[in-house]
Amino acid sequence: MNFHLTKDRETKAHEMIARYPKKRAAMLMVLWLVQEQEGWISEAAMGYVANLLEVTAADVYDVVSFYTMYNRKPIGKHHIQICNNCCCRLRGADWLVNYVKQKLGVNVGESTPDGKFHLSTVECLASCGTAPMMQINNDYYENLTAEKVDGILEKL
Amino acid sequence: MTLVITKNFAGPNMARLDVAMKHGAYVTLEKILAMKPEAVVDEVKRSGLRGRGGAGFSTGMKWGFVPKDTTKPIYLVVNADESEPGTFKDRAILEKDPHLMIEGIIIASYAIKAHTCYIYFRGEFYRQWELMERCLAEARKVGIIGNNIKGSGYNLNIIAHRGAGAYICGEETALLSSLEGYRGWPRIKPPFPAVEGLFGCPTIVNNVETLAVCPFIIREGAAAYAKLGTEKSPGTKLFSVCGHVNRPGVYEVPLGYPFAKLLSEECGGTIEERKLKALIVGGSSVPVVTGEEALGLRLDYESCAGCGTMLGSGGVIVIDETACAVQVLADLARFYAHESCGQCTPCREGTGWSKKVLDRLEAGLGSSEDLNLLLAIADNMQGKTICPLADALAMPIRSWIKKFRTEFEDHVRLKGCPFPS
Ligand SMILES: Cc1cc2nc3c(=O)[nH]c(=O)nc-3n(C[C@H](O)[C@H](O)[C@H](O)COP(=O)(O)O)c2cc1C
Ligand code: SF4
Ligand code: FES
Repeated sequence: MNFHLTKDRETKAHEMIARYPKKRAAMLMVLWLVQEQEGWISEAAMGYVANLLEVTAADVYDVVSFYTMYNRKPIGKHHIQICNNCCCRLRGADWLVNYVKQKLGVNVGESTPDGKFHLSTVECLASCGTAPMMQINNDYYENLTAEKVDGILEKL
Repeated sequence: MTLVITKNFAGPNMARLDVAMKHGAYVTLEKILAMKPEAVVDEVKRSGLRGRGGAGFSTGMKWGFVPKDTTKPIYLVVNADESEPGTFKDRAILEKDPHLMIEGIIIASYAIKAHTCYIYFRGEFYRQWELMERCLAEARKVGIIGNNIKGSGYNLNIIAHRGAGAYICGEETALLSSLEGYRGWPRIKPPFPAVEGLFGCPTIVNNVETLAVCPFIIREGAAAYAKLGTEKSPGTKLFSVCGHVNRPGVYEVPLGYPFAKLLSEECGGTIEERKLKALIVGGSSVPVVTGEEALGLRLDYESCAGCGTMLGSGGVIVIDETACAVQVLADLARFYAHESCGQCTPCREGTGWSKKVLDRLEAGLGSSEDLNLLLAIADNMQGKTICPLADALAMPIRSWIKKFRTEFEDHVRLKGCPFPS
């Protein structure tokens, strides 16, 4: 269960570390590099990060478990996050969760069997004026209609 | 109408340095580098600018709190965590005129004598962070930031950092904990960050919008800025408007602007001209006002206080008669229960119980005692915790029950929600 960042990412990790007066401060940025590479953060990866930042594995776990965007299990390749906070709901976003659920045949918190999609609901993504909205991996999709959703998911 | 922040929002490619400079970006640099840092602080103090992150504290005064005799490094930290439901105005700056904020950062850093600035982006703002990395690289290349800026001997390093999904990291001390590589747990104040902040050093935390205002103040002068808005609430402010309006979006208006005018002119009125029921004017944390109160409200710090609410972040949530008060409040409770960091018992338990009680009221399973129970929970939360997140739910609970009590009682009487779902 050895974990390593790729050479490129390891170089980046060292660049990140140099940006702060204390190594530990690079924690979130280094964890992002791990997740970018693997899609999630395993215990082996936490051990690697602990080594790199000269903290304990427990310190890393403490951080990983606090922040909702770090995945502690492998999830689908495309992570669909739908906002169902109050402002999106005022603009009629309720249909969106149900629509995507049916379309993919999964519940919130599940991945499709082929591992292509994972569905989550999230709290406000600072997109309240362009609701209904969802984020898929790094990108926002706003002012959604059923046709738009169909088009977006087909292209992925 | 003078536009301080959004003047160039419509221009394409404002994130490109050459385009931004064509529109006047960074013209204030030579001016401030020839000034004494104290004079920059004074200028901002005289402008009357108040922090746009929510608390509305005088920006110049806050900068003045950095100890004069410190031997430690001083930090500027930019709060780009924008996660309060209803608030999406900082995002507009980050996307449409990022160099405006960088220019503000240079001004603020120079004023407080900081040589390092960290910009803390909420984790979901990946594209905005990526864009900022490109802007910073371009600015570094031509010597706008970095060592010996424009031959002045002043050095400034700006670093873009990403969070990973936690609303609480918008609270300034939680943000600092997070930036140091810990969980985003707020810290007890004092010590205030200006004295003991990031890595134990003096630190000023400022909101994105606050910094984006600074170039105007330096370029046009404090008096020109103070002339905008009202006497006690000078300047303009960004309002992000959402909910039941025809044209949601981000609008810049002078403080003191009538809400009714913003609603009818900028936002094109309510959807299908339905009756305005309620307004949350400053992001999800502030007390709600009724539609009637809202139509007489002016958008400035004093008028909002006079109406029992707060200008907050300028996240305007417009709610018409088709919405159920209990459901809106239940949604807010769910948000705060989800985002409580769990350090303080009154907050961790209080937000969770509020959510449970509101859910059962909305489902028609509540009793008439539940209203008093909610008010008792609010009393047990407010003012009893490390940070104000608990207050941010206590205030909505009290105001919604006070202003829409019969609707809560109807849910109990009818054993269900009177609104079609
Ligand atoms: C729970 C909570 C969340 C907050 N979230 C934000 C935020 O997302 N962005 C922000 O600028 N300020 C936020 N604040 C306010 C900050 O603590 C701080 O007052 C602000 O960043 C100071 O900047 P300013 O003086 O320029 O307004 C939040 C405060 C609390 C209590
Ligand atoms: S009030 Fe809530 S969010 Fe703030 S420190 Fe306490 S538990 Fe955490
Ligand atoms: S409530 Fe959905 S983006 Fe703000």
